[in-house]
Amino acid sequence: MFVPAAVGALFVVLPLVAMLTRIEWASFGTLITSDSSRAALALSLRTSVASTVLCIVFGVPMALVLARTEFRGQSIARSLVLLPLVLPPVVGGIALLYTFGRRGLLGHTIEVLGLQIAFSTTAVVMAQTFVALPFLVVSLEGALRTGGQRFEEVAATLGARPTTVFLRVTLPLVLPGLASGAVLAFARALGEFGATITFAGSLQGVTRTLPLEIYLQRETDPQAAVALSLVLVVVATVVIALTRRSRTAL
Amino acid sequence: MKLRRGKLSVLAVLAVAGLVLTTSGCGSDDEAPQGGATSSDTSSSSPALSGEITVFAAASLKKTFTEIGAEFEKAYPGTKVAFNFAGSSDLVAQIQQGAPADVFASADTKNMDKATGDSLTAADPVNFASNTLEIAVPPGNPAKIATLADLANSGVKVVLCAPAVPCGSAAAKVEAAAKIDIKPVSEEQSVTDVLGKVTAGEADAGLVYVTDVKGAGDKVMGVEFPESSSAVNTYPIATLKASKNAALADAFLKAVTGDPGQGILATAGFAKP
Repeated sequence: MFVPAAVGALFVVLPLVAMLTRIEWASFGTLITSDSSRAALALSLRTSVASTVLCIVFGVPMALVLARTEFRGQSIARSLVLLPLVLPPVVGGIALLYTFGRRGLLGHTIEVLGLQIAFSTTAVVMAQTFVALPFLVVSLEGALRTGGQRFEEVAATLGARPTTVFLRVTLPLVLPGLASGAVLAFARALGEFGATITFAGSLQGVTRTLPLEIYLQRETDPQAAVALSLVLVVVATVVIALTRRSRTAL
Repeated sequence: MKLRRGKLSVLAVLAVAGLVLTTSGCGSDDEAPQGGATSSDTSSSSPALSGEITVFAAASLKKTFTEIGAEFEKAYPGTKVAFNFAGSSDLVAQIQQGAPADVFASADTKNMDKATGDSLTAADPVNFASNTLEIAVPPGNPAKIATLADLANSGVKVVLCAPAVPCGSAAAKVEAAAKIDIKPVSEEQSVTDVLGKVTAGEADAGLVYVTDVKGAGDKVMGVEFPESSSAVNTYPIATLKASKNAALADAFLKAVTGDPGQGILATAGFAKP
């Protein structure tokens, strides 16, 4: 049992170590503080926060509906919601393009409203939300199901209104699940590449997030690409560490 | 400690070997049955060519090289030409990391220079084609683009390649030649990404190669412009030192630079080097 576990761990860790060995520490500082790098990191953090908020706004009701109600076709609805988890992100990008693009399903409506989605930061947030939403829904639905409904029922029999039950009973109980779901969604949004490059394009400060910047830097300056990759690894590690702490704290 | 590290590295080697085995297993699945044509009277030329080569070629060569490869396999039965199409800089990076390639065809001299600089090529590269930029617009030309200068107009959504990639540096050259400053809405990673944004109708115009416009058929319209002559992209090809089948690699290179290949390239819109 330990042997396959060790092989698996090694398979994950070794590439990271290999990357570390390729970093030129002398120029590391200048590489990651260049204009384009800073713009990409700032954009990535901004859009990932925005899409995490969107994931919470839409994902919490979705998880509640999936966990607490029963309706015909629920299992189909669940599979559809989770589809972006298994879909290649590029496919997601193409789907978004044919929905919100200029010639897409809703393209005309959007243009009439005077909105421009393609090539804007909005498009980046949409792409990230599309791929990250299932992470939040899955974690939260799991938490809701394991938590059960006993306390909610008791609260309701004691005369609490549904909103009060949700805010005072359900939400505090599933908060750890919601937190880890939100962190997962944030991490997924931060790493988003395929849907973004297909749907949003790539322009410094507007749509070129950190993963896109890394991919582009590789063309001319592999050193900068490796340095930026490390930044992304560090951010991801910090995010994971934070979830673990918040989980134990709650 | 030492012993443990040794054990772990053995495991790593095993894991990697396993991966290599599975992938190579997949690759040989579609191989033609070997028994059939064993050096019969087919090709009377010099030593009978056989075996398999892998050609690393720039993404823009996908259509033409696939066709040349099919013709080549027909001309030399029993041979097989496999392709790896990607951006030239990606390909060079892969070759530098030891990817098994026999022939390398680059979309620019810069990336070929990287290969020759690391002495990975078996002989001097040969230029076999050239390509210039053209404006691609969606069918119907909604933004009414007629000249290169029109791309600098405000309100026109133009997509270019990022300056770091070959098509982007070519775009910068024609901009400089025309003394205009295009403000793109997106700087894409590759010329196919630019073309994709135009065919999807997301962009009003994009700068791509003549061959891309031709290859896209009626999904885009091309607008030629005189400044394109200031950025001519030359395509070099070379056989690689690491090749295990140098004779076949040489023969393929000759097929590209010779009549059959040149005909196919010309039909696709490539100009002579």
